Amino acid sequence: MDLTFASLSEISEAVKSKKVSAKEVAAHFQKRIESLDPKLNAFTSHNPNALEDAESTDSRIAKGEDVGLLAGVPFGIKEMLCTKDLKTTAGSKILSNFVPPYDSTVVARLKKQGVTVMGKLNQDEFAMGSSNETSFFGAVKNPWDVNRVPGGSSGGSAAAQAARLVAGTIGTDTGGSIRQPASFCGIVGVKPTYGRVSRYGIIAFASSLDQAGPMVSSVKDAALTMEVISGHDPMDSTSSQKLVPAWSQKLSTDVKGVKIGVIKEYMKGGLDADTEKTFSESLNTLKSMGAEIVEVSVSMSEFAVPIYYLIATSEASSNLARYDGVRYGYRAEFSSLAGVELEDFYAKTRGEGFGQEVKRRIMLGTYCLSSGYYDAYYTKAGQVRRMLTEQYLAAFKKCDVILSPVTTSPAFKIGELVSDPLAMYMNDIFTTSTNLAGLPGMSVPFGASHAGLPIGVQVTANHFDEQRMLNVAAALESVSPVKGRKPHVI
Amino acid sequence: MIDKKAIEHIAKLARLQITDAEAAEFSAQMEKILQNFKKIENINTQGVEPMVTPTEIESFWREDQVVQNYKPEDMVANAPDRAGNLFKVPPVV
Repeated sequence: MDLTFASLSEISEAVKSKKVSAKEVAAHFQKRIESLDPKLNAFTSHNPNALEDAESTDSRIAKGEDVGLLAGVPFGIKEMLCTKDLKTTAGSKILSNFVPPYDSTVVARLKKQGVTVMGKLNQDEFAMGSSNETSFFGAVKNPWDVNRVPGGSSGGSAAAQAARLVAGTIGTDTGGSIRQPASFCGIVGVKPTYGRVSRYGIIAFASSLDQAGPMVSSVKDAALTMEVISGHDPMDSTSSQKLVPAWSQKLSTDVKGVKIGVIKEYMKGGLDADTEKTFSESLNTLKSMGAEIVEVSVSMSEFAVPIYYLIATSEASSNLARYDGVRYGYRAEFSSLAGVELEDFYAKTRGEGFGQEVKRRIMLGTYCLSSGYYDAYYTKAGQVRRMLTEQYLAAFKKCDVILSPVTTSPAFKIGELVSDPLAMYMNDIFTTSTNLAGLPGMSVPFGASHAGLPIGVQVTANHFDEQRMLNVAAALESVSPVKGRKPHVI
Repeated sequence: MIDKKAIEHIAKLARLQITDAEAAEFSAQMEKILQNFKKIENINTQGVEPMVTPTEIESFWREDQVVQNYKPEDMVANAPDRAGNLFKVPPVV
């Protein structure tokens, strides 16, 4: 078996049947990380106990214990998710020395199913960015072209997965942070329905939008990982009690009679030629496989980017108030605390600890929530958010899933947009609505630019209807013209 | 208008020390971004309840039991400065 490109279930089955040990699997990927990661900067830290952890999976197997669905499968975890005794920094200086005393629910569930955590993956600071250039630990490079960004904020997860430094990764998605980097790096990335996956132990950016999900190499791997990480968690009051279906068992590529919605307001142009071509080919392909294309209207989607940034920055300014240099994280240096005003103590610590993009968003959010502006900005955004969601729900009465591009173009060059935040924010035009409405959405690779860069297609479904979304993605994947392409770096 | 004075006020509310260069940069950028946010100003939202969470929250209850999951020293282990199991802060009174 070629371990590097094996699927999650292939690795797990091989480990359980003792064809290969979990330790050998971990050692194989550890070598890949050591040789390839210096080119990519995808990892921020390695799990020093990875081999021992894998060994304990092997000894459990030797004792005949049930080691779960992902036995011995090596995973990389985004820096947003707390990992017990492993640094969790959110890509920020302010948390650069933080070692959580507990695992996030997502990580605990992965470990319970036998996953070996190989290390932590780089990201935009506090998941704020569409390019992975705002990390305190430096920019991540796209494995398809190291002069280009891998996308953000889960850029480390996307790059590590595309270069197969691990078998699977976890990202988080607040406005497209799983789907956009998945598209830029040619992998599969899923943002589940809001509430499907517990947010307990995930560093909060914008609580009503954040959701963790798999970033892996195939739709089946995504379905399997989702089964492991989804489900009710008493530690998260927004976590849903709905049953978790066996998505991976029910995957089907049959799309006969499936109604594929196309949002007419998205068809106004503004897409680069390669992205437009990929999208229209994906529609034609589904049609030729027996799906029906239906035009739907979500007119409020035009306002998704402003509503998203109003809500996300407001929630972020509130969530990030906890970083004050008292209980954990970075503290500014003071020769003596005597005579230091508490407010100055906070301000200096936060001013030194946060990077530029985070400060910009805290400022925006604080302004939007401040007296005199709260109703005009935050309340209004919440109202338009409801109108947008209702339009989506009406659209799903006419179609089963919605197909759209993921981004307006393939991966851009490092440094190209970093000085123009508004242009960078507009990059999220196709992904933010999904978070605002709490819908599940995913990116599946379906094309390439003339320069060979990957281009994904986005499939969105109604709340908790992940199965239909995964099936349409599986259908596209089964006939994808870019199937089997590998980035140059590997 | 997000002028220097407004930026200083917001930074104070956010407990965020920013440099003069940052103030100048943020002022220009925020003006442009807020202008973009204004797109939603004229949408008629009369009578629409603002949405705070995108899917229905299903209430659930747990037993009101005292449990000890962590030791106090684990909870203060990340503190930048402490005295025993207490966090050290500047004098507040």
